[in-house]
Amino acid sequence: MTAEEIAQIVSLCRVRAGLKVAPDKTYLMESRLGPVARREGYDSITDLIVAIRERREEPLIWATVEAMAGGETSFYRDREPFRQFREEIAPQLLRARGGAPIKVWSAACATGQEVYSLAIAAGELAEAEPQVRFEFAASDLSRIALDRAQSGLFNQFEVQRGLPIRQLARYFEKDGEQWRIAEEVRQRVRWRRINLVAGLRQIGRFDVVFCRYALSHMTDAAQRKVIEDLTFILPEDGVLVLGLKEQVAGLAEAFQPVVGRPGLYRPNPEFRAAAAA
Amino acid sequence: MRTCLVVDDSRVIRKVARRILEDIGYEIAEAADGVEALAWCRAAMPDAILLDWNMPVMTGIEFLRRLRAEPDGETPVVVFCTVENDLAHIREALDAGANEYIMKPFDGDIISAKFAEAGL
Repeated sequence: MTAEEIAQIVSLCRVRAGLKVAPDKTYLMESRLGPVARREGYDSITDLIVAIRERREEPLIWATVEAMAGGETSFYRDREPFRQFREEIAPQLLRARGGAPIKVWSAACATGQEVYSLAIAAGELAEAEPQVRFEFAASDLSRIALDRAQSGLFNQFEVQRGLPIRQLARYFEKDGEQWRIAEEVRQRVRWRRINLVAGLRQIGRFDVVFCRYALSHMTDAAQRKVIEDLTFILPEDGVLVLGLKEQVAGLAEAFQPVVGRPGLYRPNPEFRAAAAA
Repeated sequence: MRTCLVVDDSRVIRKVARRILEDIGYEIAEAADGVEALAWCRAAMPDAILLDWNMPVMTGIEFLRRLRAEPDGETPVVVFCTVENDLAHIREALDAGANEYIMKPFDGDIISAKFAEAGL
């Protein structure tokens, strides 16, 4: 890729999705954009970029940006946040809401492992206490990731990263060489494509937002915007879950860390009052 | 040092598994079938066992059932590591007392993750 082509991709990703694409990671760009070019019928990445510049077609632009946004995920990634959800966050909220459903959003769900891990945990909580209710929403920028997430299909490598074998045996069925998550788990989740920088304040209220390892791939300006919007989505006792060591611009003012729980934050009510004024 | 008995009739697999497990801090013993593995366990019960299914002389599942009936046979954490990748085999292994289950092919990440999952 030429310097000019790289600059165009970097700029496109920043403007459309707040993504921070490192211009020196040519290999990453080529490995992500090569398949997009092929899928869209172009002979090379150069042809793809020419087509974007000349035609400005939205689907092509988004296919390109979405390919650059794709992230890593696995079942129960980092483990501890899921234990905390199950043993601390969910029970506290269930008590506080007195029977109203707990609304959980996996805000950069990629291929779905995170939200399915949460939905399995919630199902087990509900088994112990049948009056317990949860609603799960999952979103991602990438339509391809969302389609895969929604299919509930995972390969043998994916189901062996983080998922205990007893849960595989209980919640999955073999489907050819793949594994398909049980319909009862899949149906707990509502899916939607969401661009986090497009404005989140109309999205409704959520008690818990998992937004892990997505913001650190965004520009500082995009991080501040998403963080500020999240304070309007979460109630005062709501919880934002970031990646374990994620540094995010604007976080220290808008949220307060939960003591002893790395990655967990609650909205700062003073910040919200000031931002709304 | 924690000990792990690697049970597989393939010398290549034993060697690969040994390298991965030594890297995560295990002292390794090797056995090529269930009978050898049982002899090892009677001499010195390991902390963990990485166990193939299909082996000559005595299969992994038969070894596991006998192991769990031995004195102290409940102690080792047993992680199956086999090409058998259907639910029937997985359920049979869990019923026989396996703690975790790896479907081959495996790599270092899968072994580390599964050993962590099994509480090791």
